[in-house]
Amino acid sequence: MHKISFPLMGDYNVPIEFLLKHAFKEEIIMPPPITSKTIELGTKYSPEFVCTPFKYTLGTMLEAIEKGADTLIQMGGGCRYGYYGEVQDQILKDLGYNVTLINLVTKGKVDIRRIVKELKETGIKYSKLKAIYYGFIAIKMVKYMDIIDDYIRENIGFEVKDGSFETLKFKMLNDFRQVKSYLELKKLYRYYLKEIQNVPIRKPDKCLKIGIIGELYTVMEPFSNYFLEKELSQNQIEIKRFTNVHYLLFEKKHKIKKYLKYSKKYIKYQMGADAADNIARTKYLCEAGYDGIIHIKSSFCTPEIGAMPIINKIASEYETPVLFFSFDANTSETGIKTRLEAFYDMLEMRKEK
Amino acid sequence: MTKVGIARGIFYYYYGDIWKNFFDYLKVPYIISPNTNKEIMENGMKYANDEMCLAFKTYLGHVSYLIDKCDYLIIPRIDNYKLDNQTCTNFLSAYDIVKNTFDIKILNYNIALDKHQNLKQGLINIGKQLGFSKEQSKKAYKYAVGLYKKDRARDITINMGKLNSNKTKILLLAHPYNTYDDLIGRDIIKYLNANNIEVIFSDKFDDKITNKLSEKITKDLYFKYSKDNIGALIYAKDKIDGVIFLSAFPCGPDSLTNELVMRKIDIPHINLVLDSNSSFTGIETRLESFIDMLKGGF
Repeated sequence: MHKISFPLMGDYNVPIEFLLKHAFKEEIIMPPPITSKTIELGTKYSPEFVCTPFKYTLGTMLEAIEKGADTLIQMGGGCRYGYYGEVQDQILKDLGYNVTLINLVTKGKVDIRRIVKELKETGIKYSKLKAIYYGFIAIKMVKYMDIIDDYIRENIGFEVKDGSFETLKFKMLNDFRQVKSYLELKKLYRYYLKEIQNVPIRKPDKCLKIGIIGELYTVMEPFSNYFLEKELSQNQIEIKRFTNVHYLLFEKKHKIKKYLKYSKKYIKYQMGADAADNIARTKYLCEAGYDGIIHIKSSFCTPEIGAMPIINKIASEYETPVLFFSFDANTSETGIKTRLEAFYDMLEMRKEK
Repeated sequence: MTKVGIARGIFYYYYGDIWKNFFDYLKVPYIISPNTNKEIMENGMKYANDEMCLAFKTYLGHVSYLIDKCDYLIIPRIDNYKLDNQTCTNFLSAYDIVKNTFDIKILNYNIALDKHQNLKQGLINIGKQLGFSKEQSKKAYKYAVGLYKKDRARDITINMGKLNSNKTKILLLAHPYNTYDDLIGRDIIKYLNANNIEVIFSDKFDDKITNKLSEKITKDLYFKYSKDNIGALIYAKDKIDGVIFLSAFPCGPDSLTNELVMRKIDIPHINLVLDSNSSFTGIETRLESFIDMLKGGF
């Protein structure tokens, strides 16, 4: 029997595990949660100046292997992320691990025929019908999680009783794991949406509103951004974030044209990964009256590096402050905190004027 | 008459000759920024983001050199030569970055073969912007590409001919904008030549052959220029004594592809990664011991 595992990102391990558990007739190994050990391990075996998600995902893979995994799944695209798989596979093999790495996205597209062929070669047993049905449910699950997360992000800083949202969300994810059908999932979603909207909040009229933009992995994996959202919410700040898996999988294709048109004063083309998206979002956040923007990315993320001068220009035209963070394995947490505190102190002062 | 500026960086090393031929034919005056020097590089660093690669920083330095010396800059966007032959994202964003950083008119075209946008249309469009008819531009394009192909074929023959040389042979595996840049590759090539090494350039092979050949080492790679380089290595591997990997810090594609290739080949090699603080003295020591090793034959 094969033991399948995959790199973690945010809470999306729930729908992924759900899908794999149902589609494959194999054992699914959950990697341990990302810790500083993960990134240390990943960094140790990664090329020197690769971007940080490579190190995180390699680190999780190594930890999954420690737990017995022999088959790993990787996916990505839009920049060099799409090429992680082959290099990570080689690194693992050179380390002496006899593992199979299956890359779901190759050359920028999901090549079903190739995936089927690879599954056959490795002898992994799966059910096509179940893969389609539970794939559909997993996608809906992602969508529901993203909707609920958006709501939580806007309000978590203002809950009357600390931890109300987190407790509810924890329960929701646990229930999501157990669902058997789409109808059941939908019912649960409606129930939790209502519960979450009923959480008592005390929101002042003049709270700070901050938009978070940047490179997708760093935005979506809280450990890699040093729990930025949590930090902000503890300071009573409303958070807006655009990037989530549902956006990347289903909305980006349609929205990117609108984004380009919307920001055509500044850019003509897409610039790889989410660079153009983030430029349009900057303009949107400025026009929608957000008090500040935080742009986060991993070190060496080329598309975002290209977007940064343009983001800076737009924000200064609109006089909206932007804070840039470039995270790597050895970023100092105190340094981040200090810069953040200075940033929202400054925003507060601007607001009071 | 309007004057076009050509920045000696990145795109120049792929399309510079075609542009020159094209403008020559149409009798459009143009100016090319000089070879990279310290001043150009430092200027580039002023405009660039800290984390941009050395080659792109230098490119912005060339752009800034040209700003008050021409009416237009030519900056293409190169997206892909079909989906399995894409480029680094700097090739996608250079136009928009320059447009937002400097105040200058830009002649721009996009190469995206997956959307049927090619060089011919691009140059015809540029001709139009400069006031030439479609017919004139078409003729100029034909002339430009014809001449380029001839020159290129000659370069390839010379380069590949070196594979049969009796000297110690080293393949310099690098993007041409690094290889031929005065502050990146030039001193290395000079040093190798002075030490009686036959230097073979990875960018001067027939990409129709090398692109496909790269699949022997990597089946998932989708960066065109990296594939061409890797293919050149596979083509040459039985005839060369060693490989020098040369990249500009922190090159996105190279960070992964060079890592993979170095893990898979069994030819002596060194990896040189240059940034704006690199001194040639440090590199020289490494080159020296590498050459000693190759010539010592162990």
